[in-house]
Amino acid sequence: MAKLPTPAELIQVNYKPPAQGWMDLKTELRPGYYVNAAAPKWMNMIDYPFPRAWSVADEDWKLPEDWKERVLQGIQDRLERFRSLKVFFDICVRCGACADKCHFFLGTGDPKNMPVLRAELMRSVYRRYFKTAGKLLGELAGARDLTEDVIKEWFYYLHQCTICRRCSVFCPYGIDMAEMTLLGRELLASVGLNIDWALASVAQCYDKGSHIGATPQAFKDMIDFMAEENERITGISTPVSINRKGAEILFVVPSGDYFADPGSFNFMGYLLLLKYLDLDYTMSTYAAEGGNFGWFISHEMGKRLNAKMYEEAKRLKVKWILGGECGHMWRVCNQYMPTWWGPIDFLEEPVSPITGTKFENATVHKMVHISEFTADLFRHGKLKVDPQRNAHIKLTYHDSCNTARGMGIFEEPRYIINQVLPEGHFFEMPPNTIREKTFCCGSSSGINANENMDIRMLGGLPRANAVKYVAEKYGVNHLGCICALDRATLPTLMQYWVPQMEVTGITEMVGNALVFDDELERTTDLRDRDLVGFGEAAEEEEAE
Amino acid sequence: MSLYNLLSQKKSDILERWREVLFDGYAPETARFLKSQKDRFANPIAYQLTRGLSGIIEVFLQGAETDKVMAQLDEVIKLKAIQEAPPSQAMAFIFILKTIIREELAQELQDPACAAEFVDLESRLDGLALLGFDVYMQRREKLCDVKVGEIKRKVSTLLRRLGLGDDYLEEQSGG
Repeated sequence: MAKLPTPAELIQVNYKPPAQGWMDLKTELRPGYYVNAAAPKWMNMIDYPFPRAWSVADEDWKLPEDWKERVLQGIQDRLERFRSLKVFFDICVRCGACADKCHFFLGTGDPKNMPVLRAELMRSVYRRYFKTAGKLLGELAGARDLTEDVIKEWFYYLHQCTICRRCSVFCPYGIDMAEMTLLGRELLASVGLNIDWALASVAQCYDKGSHIGATPQAFKDMIDFMAEENERITGISTPVSINRKGAEILFVVPSGDYFADPGSFNFMGYLLLLKYLDLDYTMSTYAAEGGNFGWFISHEMGKRLNAKMYEEAKRLKVKWILGGECGHMWRVCNQYMPTWWGPIDFLEEPVSPITGTKFENATVHKMVHISEFTADLFRHGKLKVDPQRNAHIKLTYHDSCNTARGMGIFEEPRYIINQVLPEGHFFEMPPNTIREKTFCCGSSSGINANENMDIRMLGGLPRANAVKYVAEKYGVNHLGCICALDRATLPTLMQYWVPQMEVTGITEMVGNALVFDDELERTTDLRDRDLVGFGEAAEEEEAE
Repeated sequence: MSLYNLLSQKKSDILERWREVLFDGYAPETARFLKSQKDRFANPIAYQLTRGLSGIIEVFLQGAETDKVMAQLDEVIKLKAIQEAPPSQAMAFIFILKTIIREELAQELQDPACAAEFVDLESRLDGLALLGFDVYMQRREKLCDVKVGEIKRKVSTLLRRLGLGDDYLEEQSGG
């Protein structure tokens, strides 16, 4: 009979490795840390290879017989196609600058979540089959055979990377772990290894038009409902024209904004803002999804889902595209879309019809982020606002990874925040946790499922830790962001680590503050919460 | 001098040893990082553990009320409950304190006159561990709650659209 362990022995079980090197350690696939395998029905819907029922917890993942050849051929193809991959494989000197910068490492303490080691999981296979030293010397040259255990390890750790690129900010060579993760996920998909959460969203978007699988009718119905809600609260009617040809602007938002809280309140803010400006815009039931989970699983799938945006802009004959608050949507549109589709000669360089500002940064892709658009309106004094209507909000701002690191949108949201909040209501988190060094929400890149909640909470710990600091020090009660995935996942993260912290989009606060000439007297914000000086709080004050 | 007073004087040593053991429970490269990076925002695990461990020592030696003790235990356990798989691993840290205290009091324990107070001290440490299991369960339940909360938020707008209101799901679940 085995001797009972002492507490000291138990506490060292966690990630304490035995004497052998990392290559010899079989990765334990821990429930709560991985997303479930994709159901075959989603794979069938998008013609993805090797659809089958399998489970991550099973020993046998039912890989196709020639899985190894397929993966190695996939690496070969990608080395030829993506010069970046070859450079990133070869150039790393293992200086360790990235090692302690990943939120998953900082939350779990698992060394395989150090970006350098996560990359090494793939790089070691590259050395074994594509480099002379690795072919001859094997492990001595940091090379290892491609086995089923290695593939399982890839699956596990490539879905513990949210493609946030914080590590590449610190890498002296600028190695982009996100690109390696994306290509690694493509290799996994080539042998039928996909995660259910991402594939379900992709298949529904491909089939019906949005990640949540809303039909065109449901899309319109929800938008009409938001407009009714706006009218109830503000007295301002904010109807939206759908699929209207000849509108000046096509407005595209992530589906999270018209179906889930708190994004829905942000959506109400969009409608109020666009109504205030009397903007000539339309929304499309075909381009009903700004987000793109396809990009999280492969470049090809990203392109397939993205196609709808330009196609619809062309069909409706709009001049340019305005986009809502979303993170990865912007990385895709700003950095991939023009490459995928070539010169966009059927659209015009975006010009604000209100201020005349040319958005030269959008000359190529013809798409403007609503934060850029709104900041410009404030800069030209085009919006009348009453910041006191946001007096119940003490805010800190989370730079969403893709808009911040991917596009450099740092100042615009802050500029807007300072216009719509009373003075002294905005508090920054510490410098090493914001702007280009921002910590990820821990749930992006298609892993915001439920079954992996443990790892999501750990990946979000560095962000939550900084939010908690400003909550305790300044009494901050709202966390602002310009990303729909943030709005979906940060409330969950906050519930676990910083209870009572609300999450809000920035345009929601604009909607609260906008002053219309013919509006009802505002007594609540867009969430039906009493404004400071109204409702129960005010009545209590009066009674005293 | 009472054992509790003696331990109060050794608080910082106890904390340092306790932290050391916990940090060494991680992989060697992680342990090195946890010990060397002093910025609380660049090293959230070390910050969270230190905050909790020092708080636990404080409330334990003060003989604080249960809710205050549980609040401090929670600072550590909210991390351990999701970082370590079985509760036996997640909760082992409390029993480590027992070992450290025994070693810190090694000299005093030679004196039979201290025996009664030591038995009381150890019983209270057992009580601390038992409360820890309550906190552990609360944290695992919290994890379930946040999952449910996320699912509710996904359909809450739809429910409002149907005129069912935000509290519909609570009413249906009897909550």
